[in-house]
Amino acid sequence: MATQKTLAVTGNVLVAEAMRQCAPDVMGAYPITPQTTIVEEFAKFVANGRVHTEYVTVESEHSAMSACVGASAAGARVMTATSSQGLALMWEELYIAAGMRLPIVMANANRALSAPINIHCDHSDIMGARDAGWIVLFAETAQEAYDNTIMAVRIAEHPDVMLPVMTCLDGFITTHSIDRAQIMDDETVKAFVGDYKPENALLDTDNPVSHGNFAGLGGPYFEFKRAQRNAIDRSAAVIESVGAEWSKICERPFGMVEGWGMEDAELAIVAIGSTAGNARHVARELRAQGVRVGVLKVRCFRPFPFADIAEALAGCKAVAVLDRSESFGAEGGPLFLEVRSALYDRAERPAMVNYIYGLGGSDVKLELLRQVYSDLSDLADGASTPGRLVYLGAR
Amino acid sequence: MQQLTEIRWHARAGQGAVTAAKLVAETALELDRYIQAMPEYGPERMGAPIQAFTRISEDPIEIHNNIETPSAVVVLDESLLPIVDVTRGLLADGVLIVNTCTPPAQVRASLGLAAGKVASIDATTISKETLKRDMPNTPMIGALAKVTGLFTLDQVVDHLRKTFGKKFSQEVIDANVAAVTRAYEEVQVG
Repeated sequence: MATQKTLAVTGNVLVAEAMRQCAPDVMGAYPITPQTTIVEEFAKFVANGRVHTEYVTVESEHSAMSACVGASAAGARVMTATSSQGLALMWEELYIAAGMRLPIVMANANRALSAPINIHCDHSDIMGARDAGWIVLFAETAQEAYDNTIMAVRIAEHPDVMLPVMTCLDGFITTHSIDRAQIMDDETVKAFVGDYKPENALLDTDNPVSHGNFAGLGGPYFEFKRAQRNAIDRSAAVIESVGAEWSKICERPFGMVEGWGMEDAELAIVAIGSTAGNARHVARELRAQGVRVGVLKVRCFRPFPFADIAEALAGCKAVAVLDRSESFGAEGGPLFLEVRSALYDRAERPAMVNYIYGLGGSDVKLELLRQVYSDLSDLADGASTPGRLVYLGAR
Repeated sequence: MQQLTEIRWHARAGQGAVTAAKLVAETALELDRYIQAMPEYGPERMGAPIQAFTRISEDPIEIHNNIETPSAVVVLDESLLPIVDVTRGLLADGVLIVNTCTPPAQVRASLGLAAGKVASIDATTISKETLKRDMPNTPMIGALAKVTGLFTLDQVVDHLRKTFGKKFSQEVIDANVAAVTRAYEEVQVG
């Protein structure tokens, strides 16, 4: 019988607890603000014998992901965590992990990239890695970061998928804030994730295989990539079903996109991560005044839920997409480009505007979100035309 | 949303404001409230001005940004008053609680604050006499509980005993309970 305990806890501590409950065989660990408390808490669990993980301390994130790739290919359940420059330093291994179809689970504490140096939240780190072939889940709260971590293990290791999964939580805002959240009992999580039975373990000497081979000109490289594409496409159904299963146990909702007020919204904000909560708070105020507003939160970014997003937004008059990262020189931020693309085949499309916001932890004040809804109202009335993109709240 | 209480803490790094923000949130959780507690992160330098935040609500809290319009402001170090705009955004019916031996009326006048409640508590002296060191954070929780009515003294003391019981000696726990109790009784409102 599933039992949950209510705690006052930070996102990072709760992610470390989820990792302990999923009991990886190996963790490659290198600390970086604001991820550090995840690997720190996990190190305590190892030292206190609460989890029997081979905890590999390495000299860089490049090595952390290399250790994870090696251990995962050997047949181990593997986890790690990183942030910002650390994720950037992992770049080549991210592609290798996905190409070798290794079900590694990694938490990423979203943080800005240098320069100028900044330790605070934005999504530049993960958005730069969005094409690496990882499944990418986002959390709004500490609770969602916990749930995503547990679900990630099942999604990554599913035979139809076999891909690495990154679970993102907003640096400091979610990683370090103490929030009310529930932790499931260890046995229920253990039963939910089950044991990992690798199909092609390097250490299975009775069935020798090799990994990461040369596949040059005339080799199967091209077909490998198509297989990866097919796997991440198939993962959508797995994410939905694993999410539904966990949702039933923990009694919390899960959707690849989660709407609020979207049934009849005329003006909608699309956002990722903690900002979706701020937007919903403002949306509730406006609904109380009779304004038909909604919020669409994107919880799964890869695979991108095109159909769900198009369906949710098609009836709106005006839509604002909030990007917490830049795609310099592109016609908007990464989320905007994909959301707009999702609506292209629709006969009726809302007017759309893109806001770049909150870079380097710039505070997402409620008045800024009120401004966005007010801009949308003008846009819907034809009182203004959509701009190319707006830097929300920049001085 | 009506029941949302937002508390902003002003202190110097090292005075325990982050711990206080957390203790208040945990005390509220024990009363089955929804809570948040977070510091404003920056470079860590002892003595530098810092802020911390606590949110308490009957309903789930969806806001994740810094507190702009606090219903209560707690100042652990009165030397911050001339250099930090501690009353910024304070709601008209809000509460300002300062660690000072200056009476509330004078604090109010020096800040030019027209509305709301102002409270003074000499948490530094209480802390030196009970904890034998200058650590004004726990007495300020006693003052906050009394002035806002968020918690009874028993509720604060119960949580302190429970959480401190895990890591501190009985002597340290008793001293903190004494500090909280004195502040609860001695805080002046004007």
